[in-house]
Amino acid sequence: MSSGNPTTGAMDTDIFLKGLWRENPVFVQVLGMCPVLAVSNTAMNALAMGLAATFVLVMSSTLVSSLRNFIPKQVRIATFILIIATFVTIVDFLIQAISLEVHKSLGAFIALIVVNCIILGRAEAFASKKSIGQSIMDALGMGIGFTFALLCLGIVREVLGNGTLFDVALFGPSFQGWSIAVLPAGGFFTLGAWLLFFSAMKARKARRAAAQ
Amino acid sequence: MSQPSQSGAPTLAAPLPNSWYMVRALGGVGILCSLLIVLTFQATLPIITRNKAEALEQAIFKVLPGATQKAAFAISGDGQLSPFAGEPEGERLIFVGYDESGALVGVALEAVGQGFQEAIRILYGYAPDRQVVVGMEVLESRETPGLGDKIMKDANFLANFVALDVTLNAGGNGLENPVVAVKFGQKKNPWEVDGITGATISSKAVADIIRTSSEEILPILAGQLEKLQKVE
Repeated sequence: MSSGNPTTGAMDTDIFLKGLWRENPVFVQVLGMCPVLAVSNTAMNALAMGLAATFVLVMSSTLVSSLRNFIPKQVRIATFILIIATFVTIVDFLIQAISLEVHKSLGAFIALIVVNCIILGRAEAFASKKSIGQSIMDALGMGIGFTFALLCLGIVREVLGNGTLFDVALFGPSFQGWSIAVLPAGGFFTLGAWLLFFSAMKARKARRAAAQ
Repeated sequence: MSQPSQSGAPTLAAPLPNSWYMVRALGGVGILCSLLIVLTFQATLPIITRNKAEALEQAIFKVLPGATQKAAFAISGDGQLSPFAGEPEGERLIFVGYDESGALVGVALEAVGQGFQEAIRILYGYAPDRQVVVGMEVLESRETPGLGDKIMKDANFLANFVALDVTLNAGGNGLENPVVAVKFGQKKNPWEVDGITGATISSKAVADIIRTSSEEILPILAGQLEKLQKVE
């Protein structure tokens, strides 16, 4: 820990990368399923939701980490929720200022970032114990991992359900959308398919490692 | 007997210094958070207001096809129309659209009603010459993404509002045929709204909003149409 910069640098990168892949909040930890299933019906919604959650995650982790010696453990959950709710309110105003269209399509789900367990989970499990720099790295990794997972679902669902990607038509006007893909049931199917894909990859990797 | 009270004393005394830390932490974070929220609110308010005004302006021209200019009118408490200019401050406004030559195209009316989750705010265009609704745009809704929010973009649903019949009755105090939502594919009359499968409540809500609003406001407009003509 106390060794020179290269080690800390490598460790920070590792903290960042684990959220992207090895501990991906959606595909590995299977957390925060409510927004994942609800707003991944189009790629644009998925991207906006992912970025909003990443913003809240990074900002609240920074604040929780910088105040970690100031917050008694008896009231830590209440304080974390207060901090998270603040940044959710802020992100709600920011999205309205950036684009009313996006705000309209995300609807009630922006406010529901407050109860996204990934954010409270990172505050409790990581930011409240680690330095500010490490917490930011962790939050960025988890946030981008969450956005990546949402996009994986959003792209598949939008292409299958509407025949569009980021509102650009892919298959011409005669394409009949497979509308179950954009309905809630389609969210479960798509998530299931992705989880299957990732565990199949993991199993193959394990088999290869065993064979060598 | 004295044993438990002695061992109990420190645990009773211990939380005392702690509670100050707790109050300090919650109070401090509370103040910091409220400051952050107020600052963001102040900073984004002018942008959000401008965005909303732009969205409203775009919506007005969208629900009144053919209109290129607009004017606002205020409705007073006793149902009198008067031209309105400046920043709206709680006045009830209607927007009148004119074409290139200055002829009246229609009136854009704002209406609110209960949706599936929260209130839905819509804008609809009314053409007085044909007594039909010629366009509808959802301004604000919190309908379920993927289901209820189809009222905003479902092409079949929006086609209901190209020529929706809202003819006034002979008495001039209500609609001849109240606007009503029917199941998808069962629209037979020009005053019926074809619902959306999977968004029954939301699509019915839009039909109800238009019915309630038009029954109230169209009789007011009917007597004062000449006031809405463009003044050169």
